[in-house]
Amino acid sequence: MAEAEAEAEAPKPRPRPIVRLGIFLIAHSLLLSVVCCTAGILTLLLLPVLAKNTYISENALMPGSANSMLPGQEVSEANRLVKDLTSLDLKPVGGGIESQRLIAEYMSDLGAEVSYHRFYPQSNQFHPLHFLSYPESGTIRENVSCSLHGLNTVGIIRAPRGDGKEAIVLVTPYNSGKIGPGEALSLGIAYSVFSLLSRVTWLAKDIIWLAADSKYGEYAAVDAWLSDYHMPVFNGLGALNAEMCHGSNILNELKDDSFTERKICDGFRRAGTMAAALVIKVADRSEQFENSLSIYAEASNGQMPNLDLINIVNFLAVHRQGLQTKVEKMWSLLNCKWLKILGEILESLGHVARSLNPQWKFGIPAADYAEGIATLASSLYYQALGVPTGPHGAFRDYQVDAITLEISSGVFSNDKVKQNDFLLRGGRLIEGVIRSVNNLLEKFHQSFFLYLLTSPSKFVSVGVYMIAFALLVAPLPMVAASLYIDAHKLDPSYENDKSTPPASAAEKFGITFRSCKWLNAAKKVFVVHLWGAVVSLLPYFVCQIPSCTPTISFVVWVSLSILSLLILYLILGFPFSYVNASSQSQNRDWALLKSVTISAAFIGLCLMSVINFSTAEIGALLLVPMCLMAQPLKLDVKARILRNFSRVACNLALGFIGFPPAAFFVLKGVFEGFGGISVGYFWNWLETIWAWNSATYLYIGMVHLPCWVLCIHVLFHPC
Amino acid sequence: MTHLPRRTVYPFLLLLFQILFSAIAFGSVLREAGEEEFSEELLLRPLPDRKVLAHFHFETRAPSSLSDSYGRHHHLFPKAIAQLVQKFRVKEMELSFTQGRWNYDQWGGFDPIPSSNAKPPGVELWAVFDVPQHQVDAYWKNLTHTLSGLFCASINFLESSTTYSAPEWSFQPSSGSLRYGTLPREAVCTENLTPWLKLLPCRDKAGLSVLMHRPSIYRGFYHSQRLHLKSSQFDSGGLESGIVLEQTLTVVLQPNSQSTSKTYSIETKLQPSWSLSSIFGRKVTGRCVLAKSSNVYLQLERGLVTELENLQMENVISRADNMGSEGLRSNPGFELSVKPDRVFKEVNSIYSKSSSVLCEYSIVKYSDSEPFDLGLTWKLPVVWSCQQAPLHASRFLMGSGNERGAIAISLTSTELNEGFLGANTVEDRCKLQVDIFQVVPWYIKVYFHTLQVFVDGQPQGLTDVVEKMHVSPSEDKVSPGVMELVLKFPCGVKSATLTLEFDKGFLHIDEYPPDANQGFDIPSAVISFPNFLASTHYLEENSLTKTPMLSKFQEKSLVLSYTEVLLVPLTTPDFSMPYNVITITCTVFALYFGSLVNVLRRRVGEEERLLKNRAARKAGRLPQLLSKLSAKLRGKECESPQSSSASSSFSSSKLILKVVIVAGIAIFWQFYSK
Repeated sequence: MAEAEAEAEAPKPRPRPIVRLGIFLIAHSLLLSVVCCTAGILTLLLLPVLAKNTYISENALMPGSANSMLPGQEVSEANRLVKDLTSLDLKPVGGGIESQRLIAEYMSDLGAEVSYHRFYPQSNQFHPLHFLSYPESGTIRENVSCSLHGLNTVGIIRAPRGDGKEAIVLVTPYNSGKIGPGEALSLGIAYSVFSLLSRVTWLAKDIIWLAADSKYGEYAAVDAWLSDYHMPVFNGLGALNAEMCHGSNILNELKDDSFTERKICDGFRRAGTMAAALVIKVADRSEQFENSLSIYAEASNGQMPNLDLINIVNFLAVHRQGLQTKVEKMWSLLNCKWLKILGEILESLGHVARSLNPQWKFGIPAADYAEGIATLASSLYYQALGVPTGPHGAFRDYQVDAITLEISSGVFSNDKVKQNDFLLRGGRLIEGVIRSVNNLLEKFHQSFFLYLLTSPSKFVSVGVYMIAFALLVAPLPMVAASLYIDAHKLDPSYENDKSTPPASAAEKFGITFRSCKWLNAAKKVFVVHLWGAVVSLLPYFVCQIPSCTPTISFVVWVSLSILSLLILYLILGFPFSYVNASSQSQNRDWALLKSVTISAAFIGLCLMSVINFSTAEIGALLLVPMCLMAQPLKLDVKARILRNFSRVACNLALGFIGFPPAAFFVLKGVFEGFGGISVGYFWNWLETIWAWNSATYLYIGMVHLPCWVLCIHVLFHPC
Repeated sequence: MTHLPRRTVYPFLLLLFQILFSAIAFGSVLREAGEEEFSEELLLRPLPDRKVLAHFHFETRAPSSLSDSYGRHHHLFPKAIAQLVQKFRVKEMELSFTQGRWNYDQWGGFDPIPSSNAKPPGVELWAVFDVPQHQVDAYWKNLTHTLSGLFCASINFLESSTTYSAPEWSFQPSSGSLRYGTLPREAVCTENLTPWLKLLPCRDKAGLSVLMHRPSIYRGFYHSQRLHLKSSQFDSGGLESGIVLEQTLTVVLQPNSQSTSKTYSIETKLQPSWSLSSIFGRKVTGRCVLAKSSNVYLQLERGLVTELENLQMENVISRADNMGSEGLRSNPGFELSVKPDRVFKEVNSIYSKSSSVLCEYSIVKYSDSEPFDLGLTWKLPVVWSCQQAPLHASRFLMGSGNERGAIAISLTSTELNEGFLGANTVEDRCKLQVDIFQVVPWYIKVYFHTLQVFVDGQPQGLTDVVEKMHVSPSEDKVSPGVMELVLKFPCGVKSATLTLEFDKGFLHIDEYPPDANQGFDIPSAVISFPNFLASTHYLEENSLTKTPMLSKFQEKSLVLSYTEVLLVPLTTPDFSMPYNVITITCTVFALYFGSLVNVLRRRVGEEERLLKNRAARKAGRLPQLLSKLSAKLRGKECESPQSSSASSSFSSSKLILKVVIVAGIAIFWQFYSK
């Protein structure tokens, strides 16, 4: 078509094919955007069908090739520990230290090097400058209160013939104040494995068992230990703290304890570079989840551990220990009608395809499909949130692959046999995983780091899930270009029609005039983005207000944001200076503004996809239709046709859902029911996001919100 | 007459023989000092953490070749080593193969055994050459290749100048002719032990080396085989001339304890009893007949002796006997299966009040029928601790990520320091000297100016602590960085930490070793304490000639300790898909540079003019010619006015033709490849 046009205007030079293709696409941007967006959403929904089965990529891992060595003897010892721990809980005299002492005793009886690690929990403070950077140790620890401290117990087994360059970490978080039955069992599992590993000869890497004191949160304990492991402070701040605090004598108390011959080392013990870490938990859940294993893998900013780690756990749990593995899913999605229908359609399509050619094997059962979508949605959500789903997240910050294994058991009764069996199974699973990682000569690098799970044994790799995002984002630059060209069309009859052919030859005078216009729109967009940055910095000041309920904080924040928008509006002045301009120029004005907005959204989304893909994906789902649809309501209302009214409705709906708090409440309402939603929830949610230094917060503040404001501005543009 | 001479001849001959024999005998007595000697010894020492240290010590001496009447031949001394010394003019050399880590906390770090036998994992080689400075490197390279062949190890990798260094003074005082290199990743196995055993005159066929049952010595927790060579051949006027070859094998073994159950009764706290046959699986069936002396020693450490004496004090009412050989044999703590031949007690130990005890067993009298099997049975649980180096050194990496990091060496004081230096704290001037020698490969780009020292948690000025410093920065792909430090700490120091920051470098793709994703090693740092000299004097009951082991104990050796090997993860290319990476990179580059060049060299005005010209001429030359040709072929006259449409149709047909040809080739290819 473009060719024909080029032919028609005979004296014009024929541009290069790539340029012609570009012009062609820009000319049909409306069709393109509709097709691409639909395809993007469809691809996203097709991901469970496209998912591949996981496989163990690194041959050196050899999971399950060796027989499990864990004997019943260790398990009975572990049982004793569990009993001791639970009985400790009954008598409240010891305070917090008794459990640590008990665990240390058990560790040192195995010949391990034992040390205590004391840490102070950190308050969730919003530090605007600490985003995406590691908190510098020493700077944050100024205001610690002495009474609040946790005490981790660390045991290290040195590999008999190893060179001590690498280590595998076992973490068992437990609340030292009150040890639940699940926590005691998880300590029991770790102990049984630890005692086995203290005797085996095949160990090549050191084993660190960290019994993390989760009095102040599981993550905080592990993170404090890791930061002391990797970034210790020497300049005496820690020592000063210890002197200041009266609690420091606890350590001494622990040391000159009854066991004189056991050496509990003071000081921090280390063991080489960490190869992998396993966090072991036992869920206190009801009977229906008996013998299942949940894997949590998402770390901060949507980082995932190497897929091989999940694979070996899954392989060993399913094929060796007979546990049923699970990854988190959105349960509410499972009962969705439309998902079932979609699943059935895909299943029947698969049948049809198979009947045509038996080689084509796509299409999965509808139930599997719904499960896959539910898992995928939760995988996307947790990655997008950028908040780690467990203590394993702390390891990822130091480039250590880690996952949390939550084993569920129905045994909290005094059924000895069942408990033994449970400990044996759990212990053998951990032993197998450690043995596999121990086999590994290199660090995990063979398998995927960028993936989404659709079930414990199925994954979508980056090459596949990129397609959905790329399709969603692709129309943005095209539409921006087309709008830009449209706005420059001098012919007023082409104003609303987007499929106009591009203007080619241009007069020089017009170019300068238009570039000015373009700059005006860019200025506006820039100002709004600046405002977005200000808005995302405001919580720092809002947090300073003492004794604030979340609702009040949120209201203050919103009002401050609006105020700052007004101030910016007054200072920098939204360009209504050319009021004398004709309506045509006004028309052009909104088109240009939309074009620049779309470009900004495109750039923002692409940048975000590099940092956290899932955020970009979800953001694109919300942002792209809104940006593409946005058109002044005045124009549509003037036209008074059904089509235009439907567009108005669409625009309003998209504009509503595009507002971050609105989107949050709608999603929350859909998944958890609308009952008892208050404005404060959003504030709390944001607080967790920024407390975890999630890039999602930056995205919401500096990409999503400004784009939404600009779209609303376009919607209410006075044409 | 004829009978007489015969009668007189016999006695004469007899006399002559006698004289000859006695002369030979006398000569051999005279030559005793210059004769080659071999001695074999084994030291056993129970360790506090329920393990047993076994230290084999073989020493071979050869007289100087100048005074050697045999010329190039040797009786006992291994010829390979003698040739090596001759050829490379080695003054002193030490080669060690080690597996596992020496546990300085539990196994001690102060006496002569750990300070000279605790080695870093892998291979360590250092040598001093007696050649001019400029030839040292060449000799070193040749030496590494020779040793590599001799010991079936990849010592030849030390040839590259990036792997070895020349410490000036911190490692061993030498005048620039010392070279030092380590291979931390070298795996040690029997293939290294066999050539080492071949250097012994009896190999492992007789004598103490029979005990070296491979499965049992490689099952241990620490295994270090060492070869130390000292030659004074090239010294003019040296007192003791010749070559001394010292071969040691140090293993730490865990005796199999019968009661594996961990019931917390008293019997588990009891140390496991052991005997030679239980830890090695063999017995000594006699000495190596070529050995001048072959002895087995059992050493009881100071801490253990003190504990035993305490036990004795408790039982003193029941039995009053001295700590003689009988006392040792029937002491309350343990029981020995064989009565020692001699017992030595340590004299004038400087650093602790108690003294260690050494029992000697001469194995001359044992034979196949009556093998020597020393056993030690514990009767009471005894807990003691080893004597440790003044400061416990550990080294670790700080930071994470692929960009930068820091090396930290932390030194914490041990009881010895507290005990010994506590007495001296009256003097303010009391200083504890610590020498640190650290080699860093070039791809770890250490910034030496970032050296920070913290003493007891307080940052210290470098000038306050650092007495002497020698730094040679690394040169990319040429030489490693070397840091030698002499630090002086106040005696009451509790802990000290040194940090050094570094950037991680990039390697060329062919410089990556196999398994590059494991990371890269930083060799052990050597920490030595020149204030302390490890030596143990044993009071000999009957002062016969000193055996090499005893003289080794008396030698004043530096207290040395090695730190851990560190593993630094570096950025590693994805070796599994170089093709993909190259393709995508090339595509991106081509797109970028292509468009850039296009933009730069295109002149829009010129192009437009050209196009206008062409439009004026309606069509290019080639299509015009072609159309003319086709017209001629068709036998019609050229219709130049319509040529534009004709040429376009012609070009489109040409295009179709091209497409058809390509498709044909593709189909053919597809067909052919199937």
